[in-house]
Amino acid sequence: MTLSVTEAQLYGLCGAGLIGIGLYGAILGPSALRRLLAFNLISSGVFIVFGAIARRGGLAGGAASDPVPQALVITGLVVAFAATALAVALLIRLAALQPKTARSSPLAELAKRRYDAFDPWGGGKA
Amino acid sequence: MSLPEVLAPWLDGPRAAELLFPLLALPVLALLLAPLLGARGARLLTLATLLLGLGLALAAAAALTAADAPLVYALGGWAAPLGVVLQLDGPAALMLLLTAFVLSAVGLHAARDFGVAAVGRRATLAFWMLLLGVWAGLNGLFLGRDLFNLYVAIEVLTFSAVPLVCLKGGAGQLTAAFRYLLFALLGSALYLLGAGLMLGLHGTLDIGQIAERLGGLMMAEGVDPAAADESVRMASLVAVALMSTGLLAKTALMPLHLWLPPAHGGAPAPASAVLSALVVKGSFFLLFRLWLDLVPDLRALDVGLLLGVLGAFAILLGNAMALMQERLKLLVAYSTLAQLGYLFLLFPLAGAGGPAVTAALVQVVSHALAKAALFLLAGRVLAAFGHDRLPRLDGFGRALPGTLLVLLLAGLALVGLPPSGGYLVKTLYGQAAGADAWWWRLVLDLGGLLSAAYLARILAVALRPPAPAAPGTTPKAGSRVGTLGLLVPGLLALGALLLGLLPPSLFALLDIGRADMGSATAVAEVMRTALTPAVFWSSTGPVLVVALAVMLFHIGGDSAWQRGIGAAGRELAGIEGDLREWRVAGALLLMIFLAQVLAVLP
Amino acid sequence: MPDLPLPDARFADIPLGLALLVLALWLIATRRDRSAVIGFTAYGLLVAVVWVRLGAIDVALTEAALGGGLMGLLLLTAAARLGEPRGQPAPPMFMRLLVGLLCVGVTGVLAVVVLSLPTPAPNLVAAVAEHQHTTELGNPVAAVLVAFRAVDTLLESVVLALAVIVLWSFAPDAAWGERPRTLELGTPGPALVLLARLLPPLGLVVGVHLFWAGADDPGGPFQAGAVLAAMATLMWLARLGAPPPVQSRLTRVGLVVGPLVFLLIGLAGVVAADAFLGYPEGLTKPLILIIEAVKTLSVAVALALLVAGPPALPGNHLPSRAAS
Repeated sequence: MTLSVTEAQLYGLCGAGLIGIGLYGAILGPSALRRLLAFNLISSGVFIVFGAIARRGGLAGGAASDPVPQALVITGLVVAFAATALAVALLIRLAALQPKTARSSPLAELAKRRYDAFDPWGGGKA
Repeated sequence: MSLPEVLAPWLDGPRAAELLFPLLALPVLALLLAPLLGARGARLLTLATLLLGLGLALAAAAALTAADAPLVYALGGWAAPLGVVLQLDGPAALMLLLTAFVLSAVGLHAARDFGVAAVGRRATLAFWMLLLGVWAGLNGLFLGRDLFNLYVAIEVLTFSAVPLVCLKGGAGQLTAAFRYLLFALLGSALYLLGAGLMLGLHGTLDIGQIAERLGGLMMAEGVDPAAADESVRMASLVAVALMSTGLLAKTALMPLHLWLPPAHGGAPAPASAVLSALVVKGSFFLLFRLWLDLVPDLRALDVGLLLGVLGAFAILLGNAMALMQERLKLLVAYSTLAQLGYLFLLFPLAGAGGPAVTAALVQVVSHALAKAALFLLAGRVLAAFGHDRLPRLDGFGRALPGTLLVLLLAGLALVGLPPSGGYLVKTLYGQAAGADAWWWRLVLDLGGLLSAAYLARILAVALRPPAPAAPGTTPKAGSRVGTLGLLVPGLLALGALLLGLLPPSLFALLDIGRADMGSATAVAEVMRTALTPAVFWSSTGPVLVVALAVMLFHIGGDSAWQRGIGAAGRELAGIEGDLREWRVAGALLLMIFLAQVLAVLP
Repeated sequence: MPDLPLPDARFADIPLGLALLVLALWLIATRRDRSAVIGFTAYGLLVAVVWVRLGAIDVALTEAALGGGLMGLLLLTAAARLGEPRGQPAPPMFMRLLVGLLCVGVTGVLAVVVLSLPTPAPNLVAAVAEHQHTTELGNPVAAVLVAFRAVDTLLESVVLALAVIVLWSFAPDAAWGERPRTLELGTPGPALVLLARLLPPLGLVVGVHLFWAGADDPGGPFQAGAVLAAMATLMWLARLGAPPPVQSRLTRVGLVVGPLVFLLIGLAGVVAADAFLGYPEGLTKPLILIIEAVKTLSVAVALALLVAGPPALPGNHLPSRAAS
């Protein structure tokens, strides 16, 4: 068997690999920011798979790249950016609420076992 | 010309499909105008738009009934696969109506609480805009049949639902919101990947066109199994599994529920009502579309069984955990997890034809009405006492008798006593399961009894003599919980409780566009016997016995209850707590994806 | 249509793909958040090169502006504000092993699917080419975005506007009405100020060009908006200006005017072109240009405000940054 990989296949596989790496980071990442970063790795892996599909379709149809998946990726990139911005704002806001002496991650909660101690109403303050 | 004549082309005529795009455009338009009007105008704008939207949804349902076939509208005049197409069928019409109704009800209920004077400009503007956002996202989900268009709709929904959780801005709520956001985003990414692969496999994103192609491949299977078609078929099913996994995360099907209890338990009560009654149903509805409409023959795959087992797990564990909660809102949130489980019994039982699909759709409605009522009522308790911890709420029924009464009515609908929606669901699922698959019926019955148990626990707490005065055991002076505030929860609860008494012919709406369903006949058949003494007592008797047992147990006070839960209960709670750990839930997400892949392989 | 043979991966692609994977692994494995964030910015630029290799210039431009530029700014600000969190205990070995295996499994399944994509590849190139002339646009991607799949583009610009209001709603009540201050990261260095003086005029030209060229060549409202937003945030970062307060009526108009005009023209299409989001013949090109112009503005406003963060009270400087 000769090793003959088209560039679309190569980048498709690369996208699959990025998704796997990103999933690992999103699940086991050491801090909330890193999990967010890993989510962006997953997204970019997904988009690169789209890109590989666009390339295959494009070449089959006589163009450099199929415009439809390209348009979808542009839409997706903007949505992913907005999501990241929201998540970052939540993190920064949480950090501001944390007492300054506690230098632990504001979201250490996320990894805490038996996450039960949420009292959203702050002990009866309405 | 009279008004009916003017409207005729839309309600019963060639222009019926033109009712589809306003259902999407209206909430979007209001959403864009709201920031210009500011916090004060946003409330009025939202309420007015919601009532208009309710009328629009009614008109669409009427037009669909008149047409008796799905309505299709090509946006911009471009047909699929190049363009994006909207479609209205029976289940979609039901969801549109339900959404407009529940949002209007919750909006009216929240109108006084979410004003500038009460919560400030920030929370007011955000709350009303987010209601519009939820509405726009949901309508997009119900009308969509293009996989990427559905992705954008689901992102609109997520972006609106997450901030509802942290409107109050406390650290706990912000943490819950972050968790919800990140897990939902993981789900979105998986869904998007599946959609993209479908485009690469079939050159279209339209659910109908993909289903047609897949149906053709299924047919060809016996003819030439070695063909390249087989690998396309398998790859398509993997793509569906990817989308399905992402949507399961967003629906919070146990054990992927880590984000739901803190989010739904911590949000302001009207927001919790919307999140629990509607938002999780949005992603479920898309699962419904994928497995029932896109995949040509779910019966041939084991994946239905897998989803059903997860549903059964959710029913049992969710109800058991609800029974053990100390906080009323968390109890209601865990009850949501259990009720979501009932939806997933659809997938193993759908093969049997109509009754299971009818049952799942009725469950969506019944739970939405009952759960919206329960969260609004929990909000009333919270407003009156300043907290919602059951151990310190002894005798709250004396202070809030109306609240307690409506709470029981909504609870009975969840338990499934005739003639409630819950009863219809259980009986129809039972019919679909048939005589052999007794275990599904066992799960349904156990689930009902556990719900009866937590309801009895609330009742016992409410009726106990009030504890000697201590902070938080008596209603706060001047708390504003007038009787008027019971109107909306009462209406919602009665709706869920009396769902079975609706004329069966109304249920025929669900069947439009779906083969081999006979909702009207099935419902009529169930309700014919539901209120005969024999059937009524055989379903009510065990519930009464369990309820009495729990209440007797409770006479000894909450410490007796805690002892009663015992080591086994605490162990169960510990395991459930572990499942909600981020890393565990993440690993489970991947396992459920791989399990679905295995279950779609031959 | 002749079925062109798929070219084999050229020697540039294999190192590029490998570099991407290695960098991704490093991003996951590195200990400090700050280095990971810097690495991610480099990663964004590398991905832009991948898009060029895949022949998707429109996406490459978006990725470079958004993924490399604005995202880097956003994440660097976040890293500076959050500081280095105390390292959580590493997950137990069995957990790392289990999750690692599961991820390998997922990648494996995806790899099989990617390799089993059918040949000849189904595509919409011909369908787009056939109808592109009705939009009078030379760039097929632009035609898809603004005509064939207009509803997605509309909803996505709604998402952007909604996201800004959502972001603002994260502010404490007391700060409502204030201006965003997330980018106030201490005194800006002279290099940053110089950059912020030199780049914006250039960025403005590039942005306007991207918008104008986008009709026929790669580019368009998103790319142009992202470049303009990057210039604005750079100036805010260098304190050469400040983001507007959330009550500013003008800002809010700028935020929603893009999707609003898009929606209204779409609704007018019901009457004029007999389809929601349809364009009447003869007016197509001018209407599309109007839509793209206001959308560029709204995208720029939204992206810049998303980086600027929620409103905050004055004096909301960095928490003590002993670690960094």
